[in-house]
Amino acid sequence: MTALLFTIIVLLGSFLAGFLGSLTGLGGGVIIIPLLTLGLGVDIHYAIGASIISVIATSTGSAAAYVKEGLTNMRIGMLLEIATTIGAILGAVIAVYLNASYVAVIFGLILIFSSAMTLRKKVDHVNQDYSSKLAKFFRLNSSYPNQGVETPYAVRNVGGGFFMMLFAGTLSGLLGIGSGALKVVAMDNIMRLPFKVSTTTSNFMMGVTAAASAIVYLHRGQIDPTIAMPVCLGVLCGATVGAKVLVNANTTKLKMVFAVVVTLLAIQMIYKGLTGGFGG
Amino acid sequence: MNRVTDKDIQTVIGNLLRIGVVLSMATVLIGAVIYLFGNAGKTVEYHTFDDAKVHLKSIKSIFTNLPALEGITIIQLGLLMLIFTPIARIVMAAVSFFIEKDYLYVLICIIVLLIIAMSLSGGFAH
Repeated sequence: MTALLFTIIVLLGSFLAGFLGSLTGLGGGVIIIPLLTLGLGVDIHYAIGASIISVIATSTGSAAAYVKEGLTNMRIGMLLEIATTIGAILGAVIAVYLNASYVAVIFGLILIFSSAMTLRKKVDHVNQDYSSKLAKFFRLNSSYPNQGVETPYAVRNVGGGFFMMLFAGTLSGLLGIGSGALKVVAMDNIMRLPFKVSTTTSNFMMGVTAAASAIVYLHRGQIDPTIAMPVCLGVLCGATVGAKVLVNANTTKLKMVFAVVVTLLAIQMIYKGLTGGFGG
Repeated sequence: MNRVTDKDIQTVIGNLLRIGVVLSMATVLIGAVIYLFGNAGKTVEYHTFDDAKVHLKSIKSIFTNLPALEGITIIQLGLLMLIFTPIARIVMAAVSFFIEKDYLYVLICIIVLLIIAMSLSGGFAH
């Protein structure tokens, strides 16, 4: 394949990945890795390096807008970034010693979990239990604009959320994805944050988390500029267009179709991993 | 009095993130055009990972190779700028928390920066 053809194919594929990733809430990273590895035969190490770059681009781009709207809880984000960055470096280091096949299998499993998460009914909690001592100490309780009304909320189980974030960060560093699904579990289900706050804060943390592992990947030669270039440009453009469309789109059906497609991709990744298709 | 509020911090950080993404992606785009002009017809192959294949593996190597103005070096510089955008965001947040006299969060920002500095040392890469 010539450099020009490769660039064009990856650019288009990444655009689609970014577009669908933003419409379904799954993120571009989890789609771009199967596309590069299964579709174009790119080694999974390069695919992960390129994907982590696209995670930084999209999450930073959208975080800019969310932060200004006052939806993001920056204190929660900063505090939990301690956990996600430690995890991210840990994950990127584990990836050195882990066989590519295992990485592919873990990736497949996380992909299935993430797509299932996009289908789940979102229960919006506004927790009013102000008893958490840690939340008080770290000044995490805050308020957010909910349909024009500034709504106060309290945070619970900070320790549990922190631990879950360590895990989310590790997977992000290991697989080169944003692991937004896991971050939302930590903040929605464990810390009981309102949905809008948890998704935007998760997105806010993604850039820093991905940057921590991207540096490790850079030093290991996993960030090939000729692959990362079309991936990050494509995913960023796709995600930007997706976010514009999202405002007036009914995504329920799309999410269903997409979950099926993604699950099939995941099964293929797992199968190929188990049968040694990723180079032993 | 002009007290700095969370809202001000949010605006500054939001702007920083946007400028970072735009500048780094513009750099990547310039690099891409130069790279494709010189190498469009070249055959590329990424089937096996070889850690010696990419020679732009450190911040230092990117800057020492930059004067040649090769497409791939410019792309890599853009990617580096992108990686440093969220890191700059932490520095900015630390400064803002300091002005706000929220020293606990200044400390938290510094801890996150130290963790990232560890990955920068490159010791984990091998």
